[in-house]
Amino acid sequence: MSVPRFWRRIHSLYRLEGTKCSKCGRLYFPERNRCVDCNTYDKEKFIFSGNGKIITYSWVYTPPKGFKGGIPYCLAIVELEEGPRLTTQIVAVEKKKVKIGMPVEFSFRKISAEGEEGVITYGFKFRPKGYPTNK
Amino acid sequence: MEEVAIVGVGNTKVGEWYDNSLRGLTDEAIAKTLQSANISPKEIDATFIGPMSSGLFNQQEHISALIGPHSGIFAPALRVESACASGSSALRVAMMSIEAGYYNTALVIGVEKMTDLIDIGEVTTALGTASDGEWELGVGATFPALFALVMRAHMHKYGSTLEEFASVAVKNHKNGSLNPDAQFQKLVSMETVMNSRIIAEPIRLFDCSPVSDGAAALIVTKKDLAKKYTDDPVYVKGTGSGIDHIALHNRKDITTLESTKRATKEAFKRAKIKVKDIDFIEVHDCFTIAEVLALEDIGFCEKGKGGKFSLEGETALNSTISVNPSGGLKAKGHPVGATGIYQVIEVFKQLRNEAGKRQVTKNDIGVTHNIGGSGATSVVNVFSRGD
Repeated sequence: MSVPRFWRRIHSLYRLEGTKCSKCGRLYFPERNRCVDCNTYDKEKFIFSGNGKIITYSWVYTPPKGFKGGIPYCLAIVELEEGPRLTTQIVAVEKKKVKIGMPVEFSFRKISAEGEEGVITYGFKFRPKGYPTNK
Repeated sequence: MEEVAIVGVGNTKVGEWYDNSLRGLTDEAIAKTLQSANISPKEIDATFIGPMSSGLFNQQEHISALIGPHSGIFAPALRVESACASGSSALRVAMMSIEAGYYNTALVIGVEKMTDLIDIGEVTTALGTASDGEWELGVGATFPALFALVMRAHMHKYGSTLEEFASVAVKNHKNGSLNPDAQFQKLVSMETVMNSRIIAEPIRLFDCSPVSDGAAALIVTKKDLAKKYTDDPVYVKGTGSGIDHIALHNRKDITTLESTKRATKEAFKRAKIKVKDIDFIEVHDCFTIAEVLALEDIGFCEKGKGGKFSLEGETALNSTISVNPSGGLKAKGHPVGATGIYQVIEVFKQLRNEAGKRQVTKNDIGVTHNIGGSGATSVVNVFSRGD
Protein backbone atom coordinates (compact mmCIF):
# COMPACT_ATOMS: atom_id res chain seq x y z
CA MET A 1 0.00 0.00 0.00
CA SER A 2 1.36 3.41 -0.97
CA VAL A 3 2.69 5.71 1.76
CA PRO A 4 -0.03 8.41 1.48
CA ARG A 5 -2.86 5.86 1.54
CA PHE A 6 -1.43 4.45 4.72
CA TRP A 7 0.05 7.54 6.41
CA ARG A 8 -3.16 9.59 6.41
CA ARG A 9 -4.88 6.85 8.43
CA ILE A 10 -2.19 6.41 11.08
CA HIS A 11 -4.38 7.87 13.86
CA SER A 12 -7.05 5.24 13.18
CA LEU A 13 -4.66 2.37 12.51
CA TYR A 14 -2.39 3.00 15.52
CA ARG A 15 -4.86 3.99 18.25
CA LEU A 16 -8.39 3.30 16.96
CA GLU A 17 -9.26 6.95 16.67
CA GLY A 18 -12.70 7.72 15.29
CA THR A 19 -15.33 10.39 15.76
CA LYS A 20 -18.38 11.04 17.90
CA CYS A 21 -21.25 13.14 16.59
CA SER A 22 -21.59 16.16 18.90
CA LYS A 23 -25.34 16.29 18.36
CA CYS A 24 -26.67 12.71 18.54
CA GLY A 25 -23.62 10.96 19.97
CA ARG A 26 -23.28 8.33 17.22
CA LEU A 27 -19.80 6.84 17.08
CA TYR A 28 -17.89 6.23 13.87
CA PHE A 29 -14.85 4.13 13.13
CA PRO A 30 -13.03 5.30 11.11
CA GLU A 31 -13.95 8.98 11.33
CA ARG A 32 -16.74 10.46 9.29
CA ASN A 33 -17.09 14.15 8.39
CA ARG A 34 -20.87 14.22 8.54
CA CYS A 35 -23.19 12.27 10.80
CA VAL A 36 -25.39 10.25 8.44
CA ASP A 37 -28.10 10.01 11.12
CA CYS A 38 -28.58 13.66 12.08
CA ASN A 39 -26.83 15.44 9.19
CA THR A 40 -24.46 17.51 11.33
CA TYR A 41 -20.81 18.25 10.72
CA ASP A 42 -20.11 18.93 14.42
CA LYS A 43 -17.96 16.13 15.75
CA GLU A 44 -15.31 15.35 18.33
CA LYS A 45 -12.42 12.93 18.36
CA PHE A 46 -13.22 9.58 19.99
CA ILE A 47 -10.69 6.91 20.88
CA PHE A 48 -12.18 3.43 21.09
CA SER A 49 -11.28 1.20 24.05
CA GLY A 50 -9.98 -1.59 21.84
CA ASN A 51 -12.24 -4.19 23.41
CA GLY A 52 -14.59 -6.16 21.24
CA LYS A 53 -15.84 -9.57 20.17
CA ILE A 54 -15.59 -11.75 17.06
CA ILE A 55 -18.69 -11.65 14.84
CA THR A 56 -17.35 -14.04 12.20
CA TYR A 57 -13.94 -15.32 11.06
CA SER A 58 -12.00 -17.22 8.41
CA TRP A 59 -8.52 -18.74 8.10
CA VAL A 60 -6.93 -17.41 4.93
CA TYR A 61 -4.60 -19.67 2.90
CA THR A 62 -4.49 -17.68 -0.37
CA PRO A 63 -3.47 -14.12 0.51
CA PRO A 64 -3.24 -10.88 -1.47
CA LYS A 65 0.16 -9.31 -2.26
CA GLY A 66 2.14 -8.41 0.86
CA PHE A 67 0.53 -10.97 3.19
CA LYS A 68 2.30 -14.18 2.15
CA GLY A 69 4.42 -14.35 5.29
CA GLY A 70 1.57 -14.97 7.70
CA ILE A 71 -0.49 -17.74 6.10
CA PRO A 72 -2.71 -19.20 7.27
CA TYR A 73 -3.93 -16.16 9.17
CA CYS A 74 -7.21 -15.55 10.91
CA LEU A 75 -9.33 -12.78 9.38
CA ALA A 76 -12.36 -11.62 11.33
CA ILE A 77 -15.06 -9.02 11.66
CA VAL A 78 -14.82 -7.60 15.18
CA GLU A 79 -17.56 -5.57 16.84
CA LEU A 80 -16.05 -2.99 19.20
CA GLU A 81 -17.78 -2.73 22.58
CA GLU A 82 -18.87 0.80 21.64
CA GLY A 83 -20.67 -0.52 18.55
CA PRO A 84 -18.76 -0.01 15.28
CA ARG A 85 -17.38 -3.03 13.42
CA LEU A 86 -14.11 -3.51 11.56
CA THR A 87 -12.26 -6.17 9.60
CA THR A 88 -8.99 -7.30 11.17
CA GLN A 89 -6.65 -10.20 11.77
CA ILE A 90 -6.80 -12.20 15.00
CA VAL A 91 -3.33 -13.03 16.33
CA ALA A 92 -1.64 -14.81 19.26
CA VAL A 93 -4.23 -17.55 19.29
CA GLU A 94 -4.37 -21.25 18.46
CA LYS A 95 -6.47 -22.15 15.48
CA LYS A 96 -9.04 -24.21 17.34
CA LYS A 97 -9.54 -21.56 20.05
CA VAL A 98 -11.07 -18.94 17.73
CA LYS A 99 -14.86 -18.85 18.09
CA ILE A 100 -17.72 -16.54 17.19
CA GLY A 101 -18.44 -14.36 20.24
CA MET A 102 -14.87 -14.62 21.56
CA PRO A 103 -13.71 -11.45 23.45
CA VAL A 104 -10.69 -9.80 21.82
CA GLU A 105 -8.58 -6.68 22.31
CA PHE A 106 -6.52 -4.23 20.23
CA SER A 107 -2.93 -5.14 19.52
CA PHE A 108 -0.39 -2.95 17.69
CA ARG A 109 1.23 -5.06 14.97
CA LYS A 110 2.96 -5.18 11.64
CA ILE A 111 0.28 -5.46 8.95
CA SER A 112 2.03 -5.99 5.61
CA ALA A 113 5.39 -5.81 3.89
CA GLU A 114 5.89 -5.16 0.22
CA GLY A 115 9.02 -7.12 -0.56
CA GLU A 116 12.60 -6.54 0.62
CA GLU A 117 12.67 -2.80 0.01
CA GLY A 118 9.00 -1.87 0.11
CA VAL A 119 7.00 -0.12 2.80
CA ILE A 120 6.20 -1.98 5.99
CA THR A 121 2.82 -0.97 7.36
CA TYR A 122 1.74 -1.16 10.99
CA GLY A 123 -1.68 -0.96 12.56
CA PHE A 124 -4.28 -2.89 14.51
CA LYS A 125 -4.75 -6.60 14.82
CA PHE A 126 -6.77 -8.14 17.63
CA ARG A 127 -5.77 -10.83 20.14
CA PRO A 128 -7.67 -12.79 22.81
CA LYS A 129 -8.87 -10.46 25.59
CA GLY A 130 -6.46 -10.43 28.52
CA TYR A 131 -3.47 -11.74 26.56
CA PRO A 132 -0.96 -12.89 27.73
CA THR A 133 -2.10 -13.41 31.32
CA ASN A 134 -5.04 -15.83 30.86
CA LYS A 135 -3.33 -18.70 29.08
CA MET B 1 -42.13 -3.03 -19.02
CA GLU B 2 -39.03 -1.42 -20.48
CA GLU B 3 -39.15 -0.06 -24.04
CA VAL B 4 -36.20 -2.08 -25.31
CA ALA B 5 -35.44 -5.49 -26.78
CA ILE B 6 -32.35 -7.62 -27.34
CA VAL B 7 -31.97 -8.76 -30.93
CA GLY B 8 -28.59 -10.45 -31.16
CA VAL B 9 -25.85 -11.89 -28.95
CA GLY B 10 -22.34 -13.29 -29.28
CA ASN B 11 -19.60 -14.53 -26.99
CA THR B 12 -16.34 -16.39 -26.78
CA LYS B 13 -16.14 -19.69 -24.99
CA VAL B 14 -15.04 -19.00 -21.40
CA GLY B 15 -11.59 -20.29 -20.58
CA GLU B 16 -7.93 -19.48 -20.00
CA TRP B 17 -6.97 -17.89 -23.29
CA TYR B 18 -3.24 -17.27 -22.98
CA ASP B 19 -3.02 -16.99 -26.77
CA ASN B 20 -5.60 -14.23 -27.05
CA SER B 21 -5.88 -10.64 -25.81
CA LEU B 22 -8.54 -8.38 -24.33
CA ARG B 23 -8.92 -6.82 -27.77
CA GLY B 24 -8.92 -10.14 -29.61
CA LEU B 25 -11.57 -11.73 -27.39
CA THR B 26 -13.80 -8.68 -27.69
CA ASP B 27 -13.40 -8.60 -31.48
CA GLU B 28 -14.58 -12.22 -31.63
CA ALA B 29 -17.64 -11.50 -29.47
CA ILE B 30 -18.53 -8.42 -31.52
CA ALA B 31 -18.25 -10.27 -34.85
CA LYS B 32 -20.57 -13.02 -33.62
CA THR B 33 -23.03 -10.44 -32.26
CA LEU B 34 -23.21 -8.44 -35.50
CA GLN B 35 -23.86 -11.66 -37.37
CA SER B 36 -26.47 -12.81 -34.87
CA ALA B 37 -28.48 -9.56 -35.20
CA ASN B 38 -27.75 -9.27 -38.91
CA ILE B 39 -26.82 -5.64 -38.27
CA SER B 40 -24.24 -3.39 -39.89
CA PRO B 41 -21.82 -1.40 -37.70
CA LYS B 42 -23.31 1.81 -39.12
CA GLU B 43 -26.65 1.06 -37.43
CA ILE B 44 -25.04 1.07 -33.98
CA ASP B 45 -25.49 4.45 -32.31
CA ALA B 46 -23.43 3.84 -29.19
CA THR B 47 -21.27 1.26 -27.43
CA PHE B 48 -21.26 0.55 -23.70
CA ILE B 49 -18.51 -1.64 -22.35
CA GLY B 50 -18.02 -3.15 -18.92
CA PRO B 51 -14.67 -4.56 -17.87
CA MET B 52 -14.01 -4.52 -14.14
CA SER B 53 -10.31 -3.84 -14.16
CA SER B 54 -8.50 -3.81 -17.50
CA GLY B 55 -6.01 -1.46 -15.83
CA LEU B 56 -4.87 -4.00 -13.26
CA PHE B 57 -5.35 -7.15 -15.36
CA ASN B 58 -4.02 -5.85 -18.69
CA GLN B 59 -2.27 -2.52 -18.06
CA GLN B 60 -4.87 -0.99 -20.35
CA GLU B 61 -7.39 1.75 -19.59
CA HIS B 62 -9.41 3.79 -22.08
CA ILE B 63 -10.85 0.62 -23.52
CA SER B 64 -13.90 2.50 -24.78
CA ALA B 65 -11.56 3.68 -27.55
CA LEU B 66 -9.55 0.46 -27.79
CA ILE B 67 -12.45 -1.80 -28.69
CA GLY B 68 -14.95 -0.19 -31.11
CA PRO B 69 -12.65 1.18 -33.85
CA HIS B 70 -10.61 -2.05 -33.90
CA SER B 71 -13.82 -3.84 -34.89
CA GLY B 72 -14.94 -1.14 -37.32
CA ILE B 73 -17.41 0.55 -34.99
CA PHE B 74 -16.99 4.29 -34.61
CA ALA B 75 -20.08 5.02 -32.50
CA PRO B 76 -19.49 6.96 -29.29
CA ALA B 77 -18.35 4.59 -26.56
CA LEU B 78 -18.51 4.64 -22.78
CA ARG B 79 -17.04 2.37 -20.13
CA VAL B 80 -19.27 1.42 -17.19
CA GLU B 81 -17.72 -0.10 -14.08
CA SER B 82 -19.23 -1.68 -10.98
CA ALA B 83 -16.79 -4.55 -10.29
CA CYS B 84 -18.26 -7.95 -11.19
CA ALA B 85 -21.58 -6.27 -12.04
CA SER B 86 -19.97 -4.12 -14.74
CA GLY B 87 -21.58 -6.03 -17.63
CA SER B 88 -25.11 -5.72 -16.26
CA SER B 89 -24.52 -2.11 -15.35
CA ALA B 90 -23.36 -1.37 -18.92
CA LEU B 91 -26.60 -2.91 -20.17
CA ARG B 92 -28.62 -0.74 -17.79
CA VAL B 93 -26.91 2.43 -19.00
CA ALA B 94 -27.50 1.37 -22.62
CA MET B 95 -31.19 0.79 -21.90
CA MET B 96 -31.52 4.13 -20.16
CA SER B 97 -29.93 5.97 -23.08
CA ILE B 98 -32.36 4.31 -25.49
CA GLU B 99 -35.39 4.90 -23.28
CA ALA B 100 -34.35 8.52 -22.88
CA GLY B 101 -34.55 8.83 -26.66
CA TYR B 102 -30.88 9.55 -27.07
CA TYR B 103 -30.06 6.49 -29.18
CA ASN B 104 -32.00 3.83 -31.09
CA THR B 105 -29.57 0.95 -30.97
CA ALA B 106 -26.59 0.13 -28.78
CA LEU B 107 -23.87 -2.49 -28.61
CA VAL B 108 -23.19 -3.68 -25.06
CA ILE B 109 -20.00 -5.55 -24.27
CA GLY B 110 -18.77 -7.29 -21.15
CA VAL B 111 -15.17 -8.44 -21.05
CA GLU B 112 -12.41 -9.57 -18.72
CA LYS B 113 -9.04 -10.95 -19.67
CA MET B 114 -7.72 -12.13 -16.31
CA THR B 115 -4.91 -14.52 -17.20
CA ASP B 116 -2.50 -11.81 -18.32
CA LEU B 117 -1.60 -11.85 -14.61
CA ILE B 118 0.01 -15.16 -13.78
CA ASP B 119 0.78 -14.65 -10.09
CA ILE B 120 -2.26 -15.68 -8.04
CA GLY B 121 -1.41 -13.05 -5.40
CA GLU B 122 -1.66 -10.35 -8.07
CA VAL B 123 -4.98 -11.73 -9.34
CA THR B 124 -6.29 -11.89 -5.77
CA THR B 125 -5.19 -8.29 -5.20
CA ALA B 126 -6.72 -7.04 -8.47
CA LEU B 127 -10.04 -8.65 -7.58
CA GLY B 128 -9.66 -7.39 -4.02
CA THR B 129 -9.92 -3.81 -5.24
CA ALA B 130 -13.67 -4.47 -5.56
CA SER B 131 -13.77 -4.60 -1.74
CA ASP B 132 -12.88 -1.71 0.58
CA GLY B 133 -9.25 -1.19 -0.45
CA GLU B 134 -8.13 0.53 2.75
CA TRP B 135 -10.16 -1.29 5.38
CA GLU B 136 -10.60 -4.81 3.94
CA LEU B 137 -7.97 -5.62 1.27
CA GLY B 138 -5.49 -3.47 3.21
CA VAL B 139 -5.71 -5.71 6.29
CA GLY B 140 -5.43 -8.98 4.38
CA ALA B 141 -8.98 -9.67 3.19
CA THR B 142 -9.49 -11.45 -0.14
CA PHE B 143 -12.74 -12.24 -1.91
CA PRO B 144 -12.77 -15.88 -0.83
CA ALA B 145 -12.08 -14.64 2.72
CA LEU B 146 -14.93 -12.10 2.67
CA PHE B 147 -17.41 -14.71 1.43
CA ALA B 148 -15.96 -17.11 4.00
CA LEU B 149 -16.87 -14.57 6.69
CA VAL B 150 -20.41 -14.52 5.33
CA MET B 151 -20.56 -18.32 5.05
CA ARG B 152 -19.36 -18.84 8.63
CA ALA B 153 -21.88 -16.28 9.92
CA HIS B 154 -24.66 -17.94 7.89
CA MET B 155 -23.78 -21.39 9.29
CA HIS B 156 -23.73 -19.94 12.81
CA LYS B 157 -27.00 -18.03 12.51
CA TYR B 158 -29.07 -20.50 10.48
CA GLY B 159 -27.37 -23.85 10.96
CA SER B 160 -26.61 -24.22 7.26
CA THR B 161 -24.11 -26.98 6.46
CA LEU B 162 -21.04 -27.53 4.28
CA GLU B 163 -22.95 -30.25 2.45
CA GLU B 164 -25.68 -27.75 1.53
CA PHE B 165 -23.12 -25.33 0.08
CA ALA B 166 -21.34 -28.14 -1.79
CA SER B 167 -24.63 -29.10 -3.46
CA VAL B 168 -24.58 -25.72 -5.26
CA ALA B 169 -21.23 -26.52 -6.91
CA VAL B 170 -22.31 -30.06 -7.84
CA LYS B 171 -25.53 -28.81 -9.48
CA ASN B 172 -23.76 -26.02 -11.38
CA HIS B 173 -21.10 -28.38 -12.71
CA LYS B 174 -23.88 -30.70 -13.87
CA ASN B 175 -25.49 -27.83 -15.81
CA GLY B 176 -22.12 -26.66 -17.07
CA SER B 177 -21.41 -30.12 -18.47
CA LEU B 178 -24.25 -29.43 -20.93
CA ASN B 179 -22.94 -26.02 -22.00
CA PRO B 180 -20.39 -26.00 -24.84
CA ASP B 181 -19.32 -22.45 -23.91
CA ALA B 182 -18.54 -23.34 -20.28
CA GLN B 183 -15.02 -23.32 -18.89
CA PHE B 184 -15.63 -26.57 -16.98
CA GLN B 185 -17.79 -29.16 -18.72
CA LYS B 186 -17.43 -32.02 -16.31
CA LEU B 187 -19.35 -33.40 -13.38
CA VAL B 188 -18.01 -33.18 -9.84
CA SER B 189 -19.05 -35.22 -6.79
CA MET B 190 -19.95 -33.96 -3.32
CA GLU B 191 -16.74 -35.63 -2.10
CA THR B 192 -14.59 -33.75 -4.64
CA VAL B 193 -16.07 -30.43 -3.54
CA MET B 194 -15.93 -31.12 0.18
CA ASN B 195 -12.38 -32.49 0.12
CA SER B 196 -10.87 -29.87 -2.17
CA ARG B 197 -8.06 -27.55 -1.03
CA ILE B 198 -8.91 -24.91 1.57
CA ILE B 199 -8.74 -21.35 0.18
CA ALA B 200 -10.22 -19.39 3.08
CA GLU B 201 -11.86 -21.57 5.67
CA PRO B 202 -14.68 -22.68 5.42
CA ILE B 203 -14.41 -21.97 1.68
CA ARG B 204 -12.64 -24.61 -0.40
CA LEU B 205 -11.45 -24.49 -4.00
CA PHE B 206 -14.68 -26.00 -5.35
CA ASP B 207 -16.80 -23.39 -3.55
CA CYS B 208 -15.10 -20.78 -5.76
CA SER B 209 -15.71 -19.68 -9.32
CA PRO B 210 -12.54 -19.81 -11.45
CA VAL B 211 -10.25 -17.15 -12.90
CA SER B 212 -11.45 -16.78 -16.49
CA ASP B 213 -11.09 -14.98 -19.80
CA GLY B 214 -14.10 -14.13 -21.90
CA ALA B 215 -15.98 -11.52 -23.85
CA ALA B 216 -19.72 -11.34 -24.42
CA ALA B 217 -21.80 -8.83 -26.34
CA LEU B 218 -25.36 -8.05 -27.34
CA ILE B 219 -27.41 -5.60 -29.37
CA VAL B 220 -30.17 -3.73 -27.57
CA THR B 221 -32.63 -1.61 -29.52
CA LYS B 222 -35.98 0.17 -29.25
CA LYS B 223 -38.85 -2.24 -28.98
CA ASP B 224 -40.49 -1.08 -32.20
CA LEU B 225 -37.29 -1.61 -34.20
CA ALA B 226 -36.65 -5.12 -32.86
CA LYS B 227 -38.42 -7.11 -35.60
CA LYS B 228 -36.16 -5.48 -38.18
CA TYR B 229 -33.29 -7.58 -36.82
CA THR B 230 -34.91 -10.82 -35.67
CA ASP B 231 -38.25 -12.62 -35.72
CA ASP B 232 -37.72 -13.63 -32.12
CA PRO B 233 -36.57 -10.67 -29.98
CA VAL B 234 -36.16 -10.96 -26.23
CA TYR B 235 -37.84 -8.15 -24.32
CA VAL B 236 -36.57 -6.49 -21.18
CA LYS B 237 -39.52 -6.42 -18.79
CA GLY B 238 -37.80 -4.64 -15.96
CA THR B 239 -34.45 -3.66 -14.57
CA GLY B 240 -33.34 -2.85 -11.04
CA SER B 241 -30.14 -1.97 -9.24
CA GLY B 242 -29.30 -1.66 -5.58
CA ILE B 243 -26.28 -0.83 -3.47
CA ASP B 244 -25.03 -1.17 0.09
CA HIS B 245 -21.80 -0.39 1.99
CA ILE B 246 -18.72 -1.60 0.11
CA ALA B 247 -17.25 -3.07 3.32
CA LEU B 248 -19.02 -6.14 4.62
CA HIS B 249 -18.47 -5.08 8.23
CA ASN B 250 -20.52 -1.90 7.73
CA ARG B 251 -23.66 -3.71 6.58
CA LYS B 252 -26.68 -4.09 8.83
CA ASP B 253 -26.71 -7.90 8.44
CA ILE B 254 -23.70 -9.58 6.88
CA THR B 255 -25.75 -12.63 5.88
CA THR B 256 -28.24 -10.58 3.82
CA LEU B 257 -27.56 -8.87 0.51
CA GLU B 258 -29.66 -5.72 0.96
CA SER B 259 -28.46 -4.57 -2.47
CA THR B 260 -30.06 -7.67 -4.00
CA LYS B 261 -33.31 -7.05 -2.14
CA ARG B 262 -33.35 -3.47 -3.38
CA ALA B 263 -32.53 -4.42 -6.98
CA THR B 264 -35.13 -7.21 -6.94
CA LYS B 265 -37.83 -4.90 -5.61
CA GLU B 266 -37.21 -2.33 -8.33
CA ALA B 267 -36.91 -4.86 -11.17
CA PHE B 268 -40.03 -6.80 -10.14
CA LYS B 269 -42.02 -3.59 -9.77
CA ARG B 270 -41.04 -2.36 -13.22
CA ALA B 271 -41.67 -5.79 -14.75
CA LYS B 272 -44.92 -6.21 -12.80
CA ILE B 273 -43.99 -9.74 -11.74
CA LYS B 274 -43.71 -11.72 -8.52
CA VAL B 275 -41.04 -14.28 -7.69
CA LYS B 276 -43.42 -17.16 -8.52
CA ASP B 277 -43.69 -15.89 -12.12
CA ILE B 278 -40.00 -16.63 -12.78
CA ASP B 279 -39.34 -19.79 -14.81
CA PHE B 280 -35.54 -19.82 -14.56
CA ILE B 281 -32.77 -17.58 -13.30
CA GLU B 282 -29.05 -16.98 -13.71
CA VAL B 283 -27.73 -15.93 -10.28
CA HIS B 284 -24.30 -14.68 -9.25
CA ASP B 285 -22.61 -17.73 -7.69
CA CYS B 286 -19.06 -16.39 -7.43
CA PHE B 287 -18.95 -18.64 -4.34
CA THR B 288 -21.45 -21.32 -3.31
CA ILE B 289 -22.60 -19.12 -0.40
CA ALA B 290 -23.42 -16.35 -2.89
CA GLU B 291 -25.95 -18.57 -4.69
CA VAL B 292 -27.50 -19.46 -1.34
CA LEU B 293 -27.84 -15.76 -0.45
CA ALA B 294 -29.34 -15.01 -3.87
CA LEU B 295 -31.99 -17.74 -3.46
CA GLU B 296 -32.97 -16.28 -0.11
CA ASP B 297 -32.75 -12.57 -0.85
CA ILE B 298 -34.54 -12.73 -4.21
CA GLY B 299 -37.23 -14.68 -2.39
CA PHE B 300 -37.27 -18.26 -3.72
CA CYS B 301 -37.14 -19.63 -0.18
CA GLU B 302 -37.24 -18.56 3.44
CA LYS B 303 -34.20 -16.65 4.82
CA GLY B 304 -31.62 -19.12 6.06
CA LYS B 305 -33.03 -22.06 4.03
CA GLY B 306 -31.22 -21.44 0.73
CA GLY B 307 -28.71 -24.23 1.31
CA LYS B 308 -31.40 -26.77 2.22
CA PHE B 309 -33.41 -25.65 -0.84
CA SER B 310 -30.37 -26.41 -2.97
CA LEU B 311 -29.45 -29.72 -1.32
CA GLU B 312 -33.02 -30.97 -1.76
CA GLY B 313 -32.73 -30.45 -5.51
CA GLU B 314 -35.26 -27.61 -5.84
CA THR B 315 -32.81 -25.58 -7.98
CA ALA B 316 -31.81 -28.33 -10.43
CA LEU B 317 -32.56 -28.04 -14.14
CA ASN B 318 -36.35 -28.23 -14.66
CA SER B 319 -37.21 -28.70 -11.00
CA THR B 320 -38.99 -26.10 -8.84
CA ILE B 321 -36.86 -23.27 -10.25
CA SER B 322 -34.00 -23.83 -12.70
CA VAL B 323 -31.09 -21.91 -11.19
CA ASN B 324 -28.01 -21.28 -13.33
CA PRO B 325 -28.86 -23.51 -16.29
CA SER B 326 -25.63 -22.22 -17.93
CA GLY B 327 -23.52 -23.76 -15.17
CA GLY B 328 -23.28 -20.43 -13.39
CA LEU B 329 -20.07 -18.66 -12.55
CA LYS B 330 -18.84 -21.87 -10.92
CA ALA B 331 -18.76 -24.02 -14.08
CA LYS B 332 -19.40 -21.66 -16.98
CA GLY B 333 -16.62 -19.44 -15.59
CA HIS B 334 -16.38 -15.90 -14.25
CA PRO B 335 -14.59 -13.37 -16.47
CA VAL B 336 -15.77 -10.75 -14.02
CA GLY B 337 -16.81 -7.77 -16.17
CA ALA B 338 -18.30 -10.09 -18.80
CA THR B 339 -20.36 -12.22 -16.41
CA GLY B 340 -23.48 -10.03 -16.47
CA ILE B 341 -23.62 -10.21 -20.27
CA TYR B 342 -23.00 -13.98 -20.33
CA GLN B 343 -25.98 -14.29 -17.97
CA VAL B 344 -28.20 -12.28 -20.33
CA ILE B 345 -27.01 -14.37 -23.28
CA GLU B 346 -28.02 -17.56 -21.43
CA VAL B 347 -31.47 -16.09 -20.78
CA PHE B 348 -31.70 -14.98 -24.44
CA LYS B 349 -30.94 -18.52 -25.63
CA GLN B 350 -33.24 -20.20 -23.11
CA LEU B 351 -36.16 -17.91 -24.01
CA ARG B 352 -35.63 -18.67 -27.71
CA ASN B 353 -35.31 -22.44 -27.19
CA GLU B 354 -31.71 -22.37 -28.37
CA ALA B 355 -30.06 -23.81 -25.24
CA GLY B 356 -29.56 -27.34 -26.51
CA LYS B 357 -29.20 -30.09 -23.92
CA ARG B 358 -29.68 -27.71 -21.01
CA GLN B 359 -32.90 -26.18 -22.39
CA VAL B 360 -35.41 -25.38 -19.65
CA THR B 361 -38.97 -26.53 -20.37
CA LYS B 362 -40.77 -23.57 -18.83
CA ASN B 363 -39.36 -20.46 -20.48
CA ASP B 364 -41.69 -17.47 -20.53
CA ILE B 365 -39.80 -15.36 -18.00
CA GLY B 366 -36.07 -15.47 -17.25
CA VAL B 367 -34.11 -13.34 -14.79
CA THR B 368 -30.47 -12.39 -14.29
CA HIS B 369 -28.87 -11.48 -10.94
CA ASN B 370 -25.37 -10.01 -11.03
CA ILE B 371 -23.48 -8.64 -8.02
CA GLY B 372 -20.38 -6.51 -7.64
CA GLY B 373 -17.85 -6.91 -4.85
CA SER B 374 -19.04 -8.82 -1.80
CA GLY B 375 -22.56 -7.72 -2.74
CA ALA B 376 -22.29 -3.95 -2.45
CA THR B 377 -23.84 -3.67 -5.92
CA SER B 378 -26.61 -5.82 -7.35
CA VAL B 379 -28.31 -5.68 -10.73
CA VAL B 380 -31.45 -7.69 -11.45
CA ASN B 381 -32.98 -7.82 -14.94
CA VAL B 382 -36.22 -9.51 -16.01
CA PHE B 383 -36.67 -10.77 -19.59
CA SER B 384 -39.56 -12.27 -21.51
CA ARG B 385 -40.23 -13.88 -24.87
CA GLY B 386 -43.32 -11.86 -25.70
CA ASP B 387 -43.85 -8.16 -25.24
